Amino acid sequence: MQAKRMGRQSCRLPSRPRVQAFASTAGKKEGEGPLRETFDVVVKDDTLGEKSWEKAEKRMLADTVTLCLNKAGVREEDVDLFLGGDLLNQIVSASFAARGLQIPFLGLYGACSTMAESLLLGAALLDGGFGSRAVCATCSHFSTAERQYRFPLELGNQRPPSAQWTVTGAGATLLTAKPDFPIAVESFTVGRVVDFGQTDENNMGAAMAPAAADTLLAHLKDSGRPLEYYDRIVTGDLGQVGYALMRELCEKEGLALGDRYTDCGCDIFSPEQGLLAGGSGCGCSAVTLNGHLLRMMEKGQIRRLLFMATGALLSPTTTLQGESIPGIAHAVSLEVV
Amino acid sequence: MNGSKQKSAYDRMVKRVSPKSEKPKSLCKAFFVGGLICAIGQGLKDIGVYALGLDLEDASLFCSFCLIFLSALLTGLGVYDKIGKFAGAGSIVPITGFANSIVSPAMEFKREGFVTGVGAKMFQVAGPVLVYGITSSVLAGVLAHILSLLGR
Repeated sequence: MQAKRMGRQSCRLPSRPRVQAFASTAGKKEGEGPLRETFDVVVKDDTLGEKSWEKAEKRMLADTVTLCLNKAGVREEDVDLFLGGDLLNQIVSASFAARGLQIPFLGLYGACSTMAESLLLGAALLDGGFGSRAVCATCSHFSTAERQYRFPLELGNQRPPSAQWTVTGAGATLLTAKPDFPIAVESFTVGRVVDFGQTDENNMGAAMAPAAADTLLAHLKDSGRPLEYYDRIVTGDLGQVGYALMRELCEKEGLALGDRYTDCGCDIFSPEQGLLAGGSGCGCSAVTLNGHLLRMMEKGQIRRLLFMATGALLSPTTTLQGESIPGIAHAVSLEVV
Repeated sequence: MNGSKQKSAYDRMVKRVSPKSEKPKSLCKAFFVGGLICAIGQGLKDIGVYALGLDLEDASLFCSFCLIFLSALLTGLGVYDKIGKFAGAGSIVPITGFANSIVSPAMEFKREGFVTGVGAKMFQVAGPVLVYGITSSVLAGVLAHILSLLGR
């Protein structure tokens, strides 16, 4: 056990579980953004022909998992675990998708950090010998998130410029214990819940940035690595505001992030799309990882990636009761071996 | 670690980094769109008085009906939220904004059924306006009555 534990929050994975396949599905707006070429599927219609937004979100997740398995040429019965979650109450998108897939399922809730949470748990379970394949997946949908967290879609209200746009999209990664594939999950850091007292739900980036900085510092300390070890450090959905804050918080700790740091929320939309501070939601980091980033790793353009999905652990009730917004970030280290 | 000191330092950092709303621009947009809606309302009222021969009170009602209908129609067509995104308070404050705040949840929650969805959620946004609007009008009425008794 001691051999796998590093420091207070991190673990190394000696068997280095591999990424066998990955898949992403993006909504219409995301498909018009700068990353459009990297998604496997861009839906023409965000309803996916379903009767409700919730059904559309569930379908998107189930289809993306199926696509991921098809890309690997693996059948559902060959996958030991499905680890996933989403933003909706009782994580219905993931569990309803699991109902159709019939892969043994563990539902996770880490808000928008779910992609990293599912990856690190999947990799840990495979490293521990508790399975030979695990599929890790998550999704979000603009229209389901709006009606749960904010207002009806057709309400004519304005958002402040710090607000973010929930990404419509789903991403899935198939991990395997077989060392026959080039991209490996090498170590991970489990985040702490960090709360710097932010209460503005229209500025989630500010609420999550301290958690991202905390996890990055913990990862570097636990692993004893310098920042330069990684070609790329990516946060999930801090958006423009959180991105700037993350840089500043790290600078205060003596870490100059430089060019190697990017944020999925900043990269997924272009400023011309007029979506304010950028993307958010579980789908934001999921489609960016399972499209753009893993493709870059496949091509060898990134060799060492620290993927840190960030989550704001609030509910509409806690916000109404005046509670501040706790943030979390989990880090997963991926390497081309 | 000094928690509260760290938090207030962070608050200052957030304030500095977060983009501000462009107030003069937003105010101008709200003023002109709000004004335009009111001008349309006045036009409708004039139609009521001069073309339909209604008295002033009925013409005002006619004007409100028309504006509510237009707002509901534009909400249904998916246009009113775009006007609102542009105009902000300019399209929220007039009666059209009130109609939009009732029609939009009614549309949104239709899938949860007509009773538990539309019926229960229709006043999700407008409810507080109704509660406090009616309450304050009752209080104002009571106050006016007492004042009129005193003034006699």
